[in-house]
Amino acid sequence: MKLLAIALTGLLALAVLGSAIFVVVARHDSRTQFTVLERLVGERDELNIEWGRLQLEQATWADPHRIEQVATRDLGMRFTPPSERRVLP
Amino acid sequence: MSRNRAPKVNLRLRLYGVLLVFGVAGSGLLARAIDLQVLRKDFYQDQGDARYLREVPIPAYRGNISDRNGEPLAVSTPVVSLWADPGKLLESLDRLPELADALNIDADALLDKLKQEQHRDREFVYLKRHMSPEKAQRVLDLALPGVNQRREFRRYYPGGEVFGHVLGFTNIDDRGQEGIELAFDHWLAGESGRKRVIRDRRGRVVDTVEQVAPPQPGGDLILSLDRRLQYLAYRELQAAMAQNRASSGSIVVLEVGTGEILAMVNQPSFNPNSRRREDTANLRNRALTDVFEPGSVIKPFTVAAALESGEFQAHTVIDTSPGTLQVANHVVKDIRPYGRLDLAGILAKSSNVGATRLAQGMSNDHIWDIFHRFGFGQATGSGFPGEAAGVLSAPKQWGPVEKATISYGYGLSTTALQLAQAFATLADRGRMRAPSFVHGADTPSSAVIDPHLAAQVSQMLETVTAPGGSATRANVEHYTVAGKTGTARKIAGGAYQSRYMSVFAGYAPAQNPRVACVVVIHDPRAGSYYGGTVAAPVFSRVVGGALRLLNVPPNASPGWPQTMVAAVDEPVAEPVER
Repeated sequence: MKLLAIALTGLLALAVLGSAIFVVVARHDSRTQFTVLERLVGERDELNIEWGRLQLEQATWADPHRIEQVATRDLGMRFTPPSERRVLP
Repeated sequence: MSRNRAPKVNLRLRLYGVLLVFGVAGSGLLARAIDLQVLRKDFYQDQGDARYLREVPIPAYRGNISDRNGEPLAVSTPVVSLWADPGKLLESLDRLPELADALNIDADALLDKLKQEQHRDREFVYLKRHMSPEKAQRVLDLALPGVNQRREFRRYYPGGEVFGHVLGFTNIDDRGQEGIELAFDHWLAGESGRKRVIRDRRGRVVDTVEQVAPPQPGGDLILSLDRRLQYLAYRELQAAMAQNRASSGSIVVLEVGTGEILAMVNQPSFNPNSRRREDTANLRNRALTDVFEPGSVIKPFTVAAALESGEFQAHTVIDTSPGTLQVANHVVKDIRPYGRLDLAGILAKSSNVGATRLAQGMSNDHIWDIFHRFGFGQATGSGFPGEAAGVLSAPKQWGPVEKATISYGYGLSTTALQLAQAFATLADRGRMRAPSFVHGADTPSSAVIDPHLAAQVSQMLETVTAPGGSATRANVEHYTVAGKTGTARKIAGGAYQSRYMSVFAGYAPAQNPRVACVVVIHDPRAGSYYGGTVAAPVFSRVVGGALRLLNVPPNASPGWPQTMVAAVDEPVAEPVER
């Protein structure tokens, strides 16, 4: 009876110790994972930001005013007046 | 032996004495240890953490705004704001000039600011906000104690002044202040998160420990505007302003059938990218906030009221000679006598006398009812901040003079958007919709007038741009146009001035309208001031461009296949994702 109590106490003590170590391991793991997550989130943000920058750049190049300038001045394009249009059947 | 002769000491007493001293000291230490480790553990732990653990906000990305085809109109880009802990920074006084130099600010001013903030026990003071990451890094490379960075976002508007009034802008804290940025702030703005970080002695972040709350990025917004059309409208308005030496102007283009706003521009404008706002009057979205007496553009609604009352038919002939009409102590005048006109003639010639005669055959309540149904005197429900409702007084207050003047557009006031909405309603066979800034908003519509009546008025409005009408210059080659001119004297200080407002409102193609457009030009001073000569040509160019951009097949020239462009009716929008 007494032996059983001692064994049980020992077992529980071991279990407590084990779980304590496991807590430490899990915590460490969570930190490592968090760092990875943080890095990936940062990467995603950078890519988003790059995308925004590219969008802005594209919007600047595709500015209708600029396109018009290039079309009329550099390429000598013009809008066809109705008198020059023919509708093909 | 000296030993024996030594004085007798009580060893036992000494032993107890020493033990007592050690005991007291020991229990003192123990008590202190318990006090520190158990009783006040939390306090000291917090104090310790506070030395190196900090919670810092993670800024959330503000949603982008794009036009109906996915072209970006407002994009957030990251910038760096530098801040300092004044206490720590002031420890290295000798390096302050170096810092001020790198920040490009005055060293004395910086010192004053830091001292002031230190005095108030602040641990956070902005040194400079919204720097480019490269410039900020150069400052951080100085490795001054207490100088830190914080990432923030800044809005860029690639459309600049062309979109300024509609989009509005955000303040330095990334909150909407005007326009769409303000109206949709709750949708666009994200919610910033928080994370716990470890800082070193200088206050720099060493490591992130955990995320307390993740940031919630804001939603993207797809507007109903078409960038190309907006540019076109802006350019035409600018040209018309210069040509007529006008003081201000607005253009609104609505899509008929959805109520979506395709373009809305005003002059004078401002650049939303610049934080310097010299003239706050230029910030107003005049198309929505400024009311004016519409003048003759109101006549189609007087005619609609006349037809609905049953007292008049489309072919009813009204005698407008001799071109003047005495109403109480007021004389209603036409530009010249037009003689006998039918209802279409009243619109085509824009006869004030004719409109007054129509009004005299109807009750006040009936006229008010029609105007009210077409949205005059009420905000349109676009949801834009600062929108004006215009004024349409109660019919009980109308005397015979008011009734007459209201029938040709004086004595009530409206915004450009309200006019556009009313004409879009006529164009859509009497179905009224709240104008919308959001693409695909699908606002509910309600019938405000019998479709046949709307079609009848629409037919009459075609004669306005036909040869002999008052606005032949509003015509768009190859398309039929329905519309109405307006020229109103501006009121200032309670009296009508010899300053004018020219307006043209209409839609095209007349039989199956796709766009409704209103052009308002205030105070043209280059000679001509009639709506038919100042506003109508602008309308023609903007609507012509709009029909071309929307791939609407020409309907007024024989031979054009009417189904040709149906398949590519709408440009395919790029999916917007982030």
